[in-house]
Amino acid sequence: MPRWGMVIDLDKCTGCQACTVACKVENNVPCVEPEQAARGRVISWMEVLTTVEGEYPNLRVRYMPRPCFQCDNPPCTKVCPVRATYRNPEGLVAQIYPRCIGCRYCTNNCPYTVKYFNWYRPEWPPEMENYLSPDVCIRPKGVVEKCTFCHHRLQRAKEDARAEGRELREGDYVPACVQSCPSAAMYFGDLDNPSSTVTRLTQNSRAFRLMEELGTEPKVYYLREGEWYGGAKG
Amino acid sequence: MAAPKGNDGEDAILFDPILHSGVRFYITVGVLLAVIAAALCTYIYQLRQGLGVTGMDRPVMWGIFIINFVFFIGISHAGTLISAILRLCNAEWRRAITRSAEVITVLVLFIGMSNIIIDLGRPDRVLYVIQHGHLRSPLLWDVISVTMYLTASSIYLYLPLIPDIALIRERTTKRAWLYRILALGWRGTERQHRWLNVAIAIMAVLVIPIAVSVHTVVSWVFGMTIQPMWHSTIFGPYFVVGAIFSGIAALIIAMAALRWAYHLENYLREIHFNNLGILLLVMTLLWFYFTFAEHLTTYYGSDPSHMAVFRAKVTGPYAPYFWTMVVCCFIIPLPILAFHRTRTVKGTVIASFAVIVGMWLERFTIVVPTLVNPRLPYPRGVYHPTWVEGVLTAGCFAAFILLYVIFSKLFPIISVWEIREGREKGFDEAVERIKGYLPATGEATT
Repeated sequence: MPRWGMVIDLDKCTGCQACTVACKVENNVPCVEPEQAARGRVISWMEVLTTVEGEYPNLRVRYMPRPCFQCDNPPCTKVCPVRATYRNPEGLVAQIYPRCIGCRYCTNNCPYTVKYFNWYRPEWPPEMENYLSPDVCIRPKGVVEKCTFCHHRLQRAKEDARAEGRELREGDYVPACVQSCPSAAMYFGDLDNPSSTVTRLTQNSRAFRLMEELGTEPKVYYLREGEWYGGAKG
Repeated sequence: MAAPKGNDGEDAILFDPILHSGVRFYITVGVLLAVIAAALCTYIYQLRQGLGVTGMDRPVMWGIFIINFVFFIGISHAGTLISAILRLCNAEWRRAITRSAEVITVLVLFIGMSNIIIDLGRPDRVLYVIQHGHLRSPLLWDVISVTMYLTASSIYLYLPLIPDIALIRERTTKRAWLYRILALGWRGTERQHRWLNVAIAIMAVLVIPIAVSVHTVVSWVFGMTIQPMWHSTIFGPYFVVGAIFSGIAALIIAMAALRWAYHLENYLREIHFNNLGILLLVMTLLWFYFTFAEHLTTYYGSDPSHMAVFRAKVTGPYAPYFWTMVVCCFIIPLPILAFHRTRTVKGTVIASFAVIVGMWLERFTIVVPTLVNPRLPYPRGVYHPTWVEGVLTAGCFAAFILLYVIFSKLFPIISVWEIREGREKGFDEAVERIKGYLPATGEATT
């Protein structure tokens, strides 16, 4: 059984937000009005975290795309009172929307705050409503949702492979964010396959995981920004 | 046994609220019903719109409703636990206060549980916690222990009520069917009394560990997470102490209200308030000890993620809440309760009001600052509750008061038979007990 994981090269990330947009369109993530967004009600399964360092004029901006880390030891699944979130055999942390009771305990126990709640019934501008993806269900109001590593793409890739009578190959299944990254900063594949690109990259000396010390075993690795930073001024 | 109507002698006043209702009662009920109706409309509005009408956001996913839940479950420790401990200790002064305490427990548990349902995004799926229950989740432990506590304390309220229901059965034709059924054919024989006392004693023993477990488990909802300043081993006992603390305060306020409304000065006397005041004083000191230990440990540990929460509480945006809490839970009640001269009815009531406010704020400063400062500090929310949370909270308090008033109009709020038992047997028993404490006289010395 593969163990799906992601590697994000922060050296290559330009902070263009293509991943964020691709994710929203792919996964039928509802649009939120600006007034609600200001109140912290945005839903964005993929979020580019931005840090500004230093003081003007010596500023430096860092970007860090943040999907769900699909932890191997997820704190969120432990606390769900109805098993609406669980880690599936392929290591993906799944959400069962029709079962979620909306208690938001999982959102509170995620140290990375990657889980989102549907405060209202999801809405789109009328023009967009005709272009919702048929592969992903629309979440009702009152349930928790989060990045699934585009799990529906895995299902489709498996079906295609079965139809062609072959095994799943590397590259058959990539989430929308990885596919859309213009600077190819994101990699996706099987972390248990020793010859896959992602496995090779996780052994890179620049590789790290966010808040590893919590023991959550995230399956998203980052590659630290390279040597050129720090030497040059500004 | 069957006393003729109206021949209750000095205890007639205890039946008075059941037999007669004044204008004041109807006005009170009217006002409370209006508040509850407003809360119901608000809840329907929230159901239709979604939880977006509250002030919650990301990352502050829990707000007033969870605070109310913890607060009300805490108040529930007033009754059953205190009454059980006093009964087991044979504290004679308990007789007038046990009933009014036990009722608080049962009623307030319903209010606490309603707050969880109000907080759910999908209340229509609430029974999934039984159908798909996941035992690893501390929330399910809560469901189990609160249900157990509700069952046990309902039985514990009902058992000592049986003889009193039989007394009303003989005094009124109003709701005769209700009292006939609930009295379970009580005739007051010696045998029935013996069995009743055994049953009460068993329930009193059972209910104590359940009560302790309830608030421990409530604290574990927070303690079992890995969030800064929630993940703390002290939370179990800290919450239990806080629960008993706020519970005694609620009991003192309820007793003062009953005393005033039903003219029970002769039953709920200064000494009861004085004794409960001493208990409240002990809890004040314990509360301060736990709060101090918890915050000092965090401060010395200096873990950055914990310190972000710590600063938000002590010097940051939540400092007004935090320091008001310290004033209300410690600085106001301590001097009032420490001196015999100020430990009067008025004094203990003032201290209790301060404690109730302070303990609600304590729950607030536990729930909100942690959520505002998550470990990954990118979403930094603010939490401003909206009118929806305000109206629903008012509705919860109104519902509790209404149920309490209605109970006191249906059943004697002071245990009549226990008062009489105290008059008949209490003196001799107390004398015997005191004799038992002293070195034996008579044969040994002669």
